[in-house]
Amino acid sequence: MAHDHHHDHDHSELGEMDLRVRALQTVLAQKGYIDPAALDVLIDTYQTKIGPRNGARVVAKAWAEPAFADWLKRDATAAIASLGYTGRQGEHMVALFDTPEEHHMVVCTLCSCYPWPVLGLPPTWYKSAPYRSRAVRDPRGVLADFGVTLPEATRIRVWDSTAEVRYLVIPKRPAGTEGLNEDELAALVTRDSMIGTGLPKRPAEAA
Amino acid sequence: MSYTTHADLGGREGFGRVVPEPEGELWHAAWEPKALALTLAMGATGSWNIDASRSARETLPDYAALSYYQIWLAALARLMIERGLVTEGELAEAQVHLAPKPLARLLRAADVPAVLARGSATERPATTAARFAVGDRVRTRAGRVDHHTRLPGYAAGRVGTVERVHGTHVFADTNAQGLGEQPQWLYAVRFDGRELWGDEAQPGLSVSIDAWDDYLERV
Repeated sequence: MAHDHHHDHDHSELGEMDLRVRALQTVLAQKGYIDPAALDVLIDTYQTKIGPRNGARVVAKAWAEPAFADWLKRDATAAIASLGYTGRQGEHMVALFDTPEEHHMVVCTLCSCYPWPVLGLPPTWYKSAPYRSRAVRDPRGVLADFGVTLPEATRIRVWDSTAEVRYLVIPKRPAGTEGLNEDELAALVTRDSMIGTGLPKRPAEAA
Repeated sequence: MSYTTHADLGGREGFGRVVPEPEGELWHAAWEPKALALTLAMGATGSWNIDASRSARETLPDYAALSYYQIWLAALARLMIERGLVTEGELAEAQVHLAPKPLARLLRAADVPAVLARGSATERPATTAARFAVGDRVRTRAGRVDHHTRLPGYAAGRVGTVERVHGTHVFADTNAQGLGEQPQWLYAVRFDGRELWGDEAQPGLSVSIDAWDDYLERV
């Protein structure tokens, strides 16, 4: 493999990008267009506060409380806001409930629309050409890339986020979780299971 | 000048397999978090809307060759240069040559949590009754348009069923062009896999898009 070559190439590329971003920040700060301290708060927010554990709490509550699940079905934006998850790229939410007959998968073929308040920043693959091109045409092939095989009889329902509505998949509650509390349930919920490219963990896998 | 998007990828072939990624892996280069933050901070100044920024990204000539945050940065520079906020020379030399222009807003550090939590809702009060109801059969627009649009190519000229009525939302097509919000009814329209992909469609597949009223006609 030309591994060393790639390595060197990446480094020179990074250096150039680092310089460009630094120049951009310098100019914008000197012009007074940005507050440099706001950049740190923005980065910290998406690194430590807003991520897929938020969505996992929504799913766990939906599994644990039928009344909350009903609210999610009727008005996902309000139900999710009741847990404190609101705002940018999640202004208009719809919850998609998986059933034994139907599996939901979410994509944005045109860019990278994604429900930030509940899932945080989209993973690289979600923004990539392979996922955006194939999810709507070959979802079973995409699932295979994630190591997931669904029964042949399961219908696959793909939602292309082409406007400002954002979709959150509520996967099926795994078997053998009857005695678990909400925290334990949330630990089973993976990010990918809330996009539809994965399944929740089973209790034995969560430890 | 005809409008060309490089971002309409749905259904295209030859991009290879999807590479999964662990949940906590957010960045792949040291400059990426700054690129994100600069883009969000400048977006918050109100100098353009989200549809204009999507339009600036999808029409970058080298879109396919750039990583995602490179696309964001290139589009950010373009939006600012087009509006006279910065010059190419300033960005190249990391030096200010032109006096700053007044902006509508500045995103201060203390306001970040509230600004993110508020977001920018796109639903507007309805002024008309919805033209379509759940269960109605509709056909999407078949022809090309010469501007930013959110009707993906693979779903153009196809017959589907209205599955949800989302309310009245800012119309991306006009908003991106600076022609105003012109809110319209927005629907989730579901297509059978065979309508999109013919006989090669995977059994049991259906796909929906969110489509504004202008994209649709009754069947």
